[in-house]
Amino acid sequence: MNISFRINGTNKNVDIKPGELLYDVLKSIGISSVKKACETSSCGVCTVLLDGRPIASCSYLAAKAHGHEITTIEGVSREAEILGSLMNSEGAIQCGFCTPGFMLTVIAMKRELQNPDEQAIKNYLVSNLCRCSGYEGQLRAVKLYMEVPQ
Amino acid sequence: MDIREYCRPKSIEEAYELLCSEGAAIIGGGAFLNLGDRQLSKAVDIGDLDLSFIKEDESRVEIGAASTLRDIELNDITRQAFEGVLSKTAASIMGVQLRNVATLGGTIYGKYGFSDMITTLLALNAQVELYKAGAMSLESYLNREHEKDIILKVSIEKEVTKVFYEGVRKTGTDFSMLNAAAAMVDGEFRLCIGSRPGRAKLAKGAMNFLNGIDSAKGSAGIAAILASEELTFGTDARASDTYRKELCKTLVRHCVTEVLE
Amino acid sequence: MKEVNKSIPKKEGLGLSFGKPAYTDDLAPRDSLIVKVLRSPFAFARIKDIRTEAAEKLEGIKCVLTYRNVPRNIVTRAGQGYPEPSPHDKFIFDKYVRYIGDEVAAVAAENEAAALEALKLIEVDYEILEPVLDYEKAVDHPSVIHPEKEAHEMFPIGYKPERNIAAEYHMSFGDMEEALDKCEYVVTERYYTQAQNHTAMETHTSLAYVDLQGRLTIVSSTQTPFHARRIAAEALGLPIEQIRVIKPRIGGGYGGKQSLHGEFITALTALRTGRPAKLVYTREEVFEASYTRHPMRIDVTIGADRDANIKAIDMKVLSNTGAYGEHALTVFMVAGSKTLPLYNKAEAVSFGGTVVYTNTTPAGAFRGYGAIQGNFALESTIDILAENIGIDPMEFRTRNMIKEGESSPVFRIMGEGTEGVDMVMESCKLDYCMKRAMELSGWKDKSKRRRQNGKKIKGIGGAIAMQGSGIPCIDMGSAVLKLNDGGFFNLMIGATDIGTGSDTILAQIAAETLGVSTDKIAVYSSDTDLTPFDCGAYASSTTYVSGNAVQKAAMKMKAQIEAAAADRLGLLTEESEFDGEAIWAKDRSKSISLKELSTELYYSYKQKQLLVCGSYCGEISPPPFMAGFAEIEIDIETGKIDLVDYTAVVDCGVTINPKLALIQVEGGLVQGIGMTLYEDVKRTEEGRLLTNDFIKYKIPTRKEINKLTVEFAESYEPTGPHGAKSVGEIGIDTPPAAIANAIYNAVGVRFTKLPITPEDVLLALKKKAFDMD
Repeated sequence: MNISFRINGTNKNVDIKPGELLYDVLKSIGISSVKKACETSSCGVCTVLLDGRPIASCSYLAAKAHGHEITTIEGVSREAEILGSLMNSEGAIQCGFCTPGFMLTVIAMKRELQNPDEQAIKNYLVSNLCRCSGYEGQLRAVKLYMEVPQ
Repeated sequence: MDIREYCRPKSIEEAYELLCSEGAAIIGGGAFLNLGDRQLSKAVDIGDLDLSFIKEDESRVEIGAASTLRDIELNDITRQAFEGVLSKTAASIMGVQLRNVATLGGTIYGKYGFSDMITTLLALNAQVELYKAGAMSLESYLNREHEKDIILKVSIEKEVTKVFYEGVRKTGTDFSMLNAAAAMVDGEFRLCIGSRPGRAKLAKGAMNFLNGIDSAKGSAGIAAILASEELTFGTDARASDTYRKELCKTLVRHCVTEVLE
Repeated sequence: MKEVNKSIPKKEGLGLSFGKPAYTDDLAPRDSLIVKVLRSPFAFARIKDIRTEAAEKLEGIKCVLTYRNVPRNIVTRAGQGYPEPSPHDKFIFDKYVRYIGDEVAAVAAENEAAALEALKLIEVDYEILEPVLDYEKAVDHPSVIHPEKEAHEMFPIGYKPERNIAAEYHMSFGDMEEALDKCEYVVTERYYTQAQNHTAMETHTSLAYVDLQGRLTIVSSTQTPFHARRIAAEALGLPIEQIRVIKPRIGGGYGGKQSLHGEFITALTALRTGRPAKLVYTREEVFEASYTRHPMRIDVTIGADRDANIKAIDMKVLSNTGAYGEHALTVFMVAGSKTLPLYNKAEAVSFGGTVVYTNTTPAGAFRGYGAIQGNFALESTIDILAENIGIDPMEFRTRNMIKEGESSPVFRIMGEGTEGVDMVMESCKLDYCMKRAMELSGWKDKSKRRRQNGKKIKGIGGAIAMQGSGIPCIDMGSAVLKLNDGGFFNLMIGATDIGTGSDTILAQIAAETLGVSTDKIAVYSSDTDLTPFDCGAYASSTTYVSGNAVQKAAMKMKAQIEAAAADRLGLLTEESEFDGEAIWAKDRSKSISLKELSTELYYSYKQKQLLVCGSYCGEISPPPFMAGFAEIEIDIETGKIDLVDYTAVVDCGVTINPKLALIQVEGGLVQGIGMTLYEDVKRTEEGRLLTNDFIKYKIPTRKEINKLTVEFAESYEPTGPHGAKSVGEIGIDTPPAAIANAIYNAVGVRFTKLPITPEDVLLALKKKAFDMD
């Protein structure tokens, strides 16, 4: 079947199989930043934004994305550069595998929440798992990022 | 997941017709926890049927089946009605990535044992409206044999004077090892326990007891024991039956105390 | 210090955060064949017949591999020095399958759907054998898991496959009986630890292709590219010169990628088909069919005299290596060798035990390897003993623990599969770590009173730990430095950055030694064709072992630069001095900039390439130390344990990059906390793993981590590069004992089995209340 959606601001038409997952379709059109780690909507690694909201692309049917706007880290380069630099300064980018999905979630959070406290930040980011960093370095970077003017 | 045909019907009638063909199923939000080897002849996407809404009037709150858990968490109506319990219950489920996709209809249609929403909605005596079978209580829906149908909306009468929900999880993204909700609905006490790990159930013995007492004093402890004895608990990777029974007493005590206060 | 002890951001950090292609799967050519593995549904079985014709005929199938058509060379997949201290007990495929998830066959197809379809078409007749699932009953079980005649040890490790014993070891010194007789207080306790999974976010991935010269290239998420090359050559029966292994960026390791995983299969596929082939494990495969931490049963006896001096320690271990013996001996030995020296004044110490085979997922290397298991047993028992004596457990530790300038006979006796090395603690700030961690955590105040708030009770507990810095006299690292025109350097290292930031910190070490800034060092690592040898990222070796190699190379480079400049300036070599920018005559009479000199060396004056190599193999392995304190709050109605704060004060020598060292400690702590409280492993009676995805196997989320308080002791290790020791593992060791001690201090229940779940706590509290009635 044919679907069309916007990816990082560009219209895209693709032929897909009806059961294909969004993750696989994004890979097939050359988006390398999206990684897969759990296949069960549990870890946040494959996060993309669907109309600005974080979703797990490993468990989302590509057909459902028809008519919607998908954003990956390539589509938020300004924010990614600021947040990525803050993360890197904190040493919070370790293996880096979870980082693009994590940063997308943080960027969505900043657009969505006004002055969240630490608990609200953790609630929003809870299903972005990280096995390397112990989370504290990420939190230090996120707190700094939330202070950056939009 | 193997899907032969993906359909986007423009009306409920059309959706129902498609659904009735063999091997067809509704695609709600499209949140799947584990896709496995599922095979569908037709995937019926109900995204274009205007089933995503949350509204209220003087007597009830209505939530469209395609509303996501995140909608329920954030919407002003669900944040305020019934002491915000629907919003709070939704917010406790896994992470934003899942809640942005999982729909209320999908949760109910699956009759999942781990569902937190079902526990709260049963306590609130929610009604489910189906396209074919019409309106019925959530309890009747859960007890009914599986029949192909489309959930249109869930409605809750504003007869609730007090409600409380609690679930116990190992980590922030776990399913509840057990969850419970209690509510005072139209003067009647309702108490529901889920994630046993079987499907949520009303603890009717404990409810009868609570509805018959004159004084609240000491009643939470008795209700806790009654509920833990009348319901069955199972063992899975998450928790043992013994532990669930103990948790049941704790959660029922909390819920009853909060509601009777 | 200009370039070390400085938090320079990781060189590749930003690139990774933008999601640029970096990991094995990202680098696979588009036309790569997709490899899938058929895995055993039985814990123990013999393949009577296997029919692959239908699968082979399926459209898009390029290759089907079974035990019938692959080389039969027995190896160990453990990425260790050679000869390995692990038994050779693994064929690429075998007639026997030894756990649910073991490899039966593999298919390579044009696409994933075809590969999965082909797996269904392979027909296997199994003779189902009685599995050994309980490791306490494995020795002399009627089922022998490795009956094959080829299975062997490389040197004596106590290998007795006919008895299901993968390794055995015993040591003792002093007279245990006599020492215990002198003890007023003796405590004996038994502990159990579980098969924790690494859960690196990138699943195990390998890619293989044949290059233009007909050589095999393996790209793999491996922590040990050089060992992988050696072992792949051995298993495939290929000359080693025919193989190149490249480690690109890898998405987490923690020991889980120290052993080989899909490399044999992708390599064979590429060789047979001439096509690139990749195998990306599913999350389920990682849980069921990669490696786990070795589950252990540990019996500890500690005796102390009336003045609270520890006189005797006895530790007996039963370790479960699962179906294959990767790291069986070494992990088990470390349970003693990296815990017992903590209390170095004991007159009598004995350690020993057995590592057994069972029909469960193989165990392998995992951060802390044995030390975390041993530490849980030892440091829990220390608290019990202190209570019996009536002494504050921290005072008890402080009185007995190892101090700077001291040694332990254990260092000399116990190595890794071999004898150890004698060493004196030239840097040991454990006493400071203890004092400072007590201050930071508020131990003195909090430990003395029961703090109950309604249905919640708080408690605090602590533990100390040590690790090592590489495996002395066995593991080597090396580095090549090359000077380029314009005055910048290439640093080529075999060392394996697995996300830790070692590429950056090794560049910092080179820069500091040369006196240049770190951005003058371009790093390339972990490619067996292009970089010099390094054992790989394990056993806390990179900063210390590879770092020393880098430092040696940089010193040589500095000398070569000074010599070349002296020649150019008409000086004697000893009269020139490089200051990082320019080379000066010592009397400051003349100079030439490095930029100028290096460009001339390429193009105009006595042209030559300056290129040096440094290698390092440690003669000792200076341990990092730490003190850890857990403050917890228990909900006595649900049994839930909340971690309020975890305090860690660490002595790892000089931190080359303080922020990266901090993250190493924090990350280690959280993995240790996960093992202690959340990471439950459950199997069915048939041996099928139930906790095989992230829905059922719960690693800590950020909500479980309220607060970590981490500081470093001021410390300088004279044998380390610029004073550094290692920091990769030390963080993981203390949480099990510290949290168990905190729980005991809060509610008076002693937990001796991991993980400690809400269920365990609530049921124990009920039982205690019942017993008290």
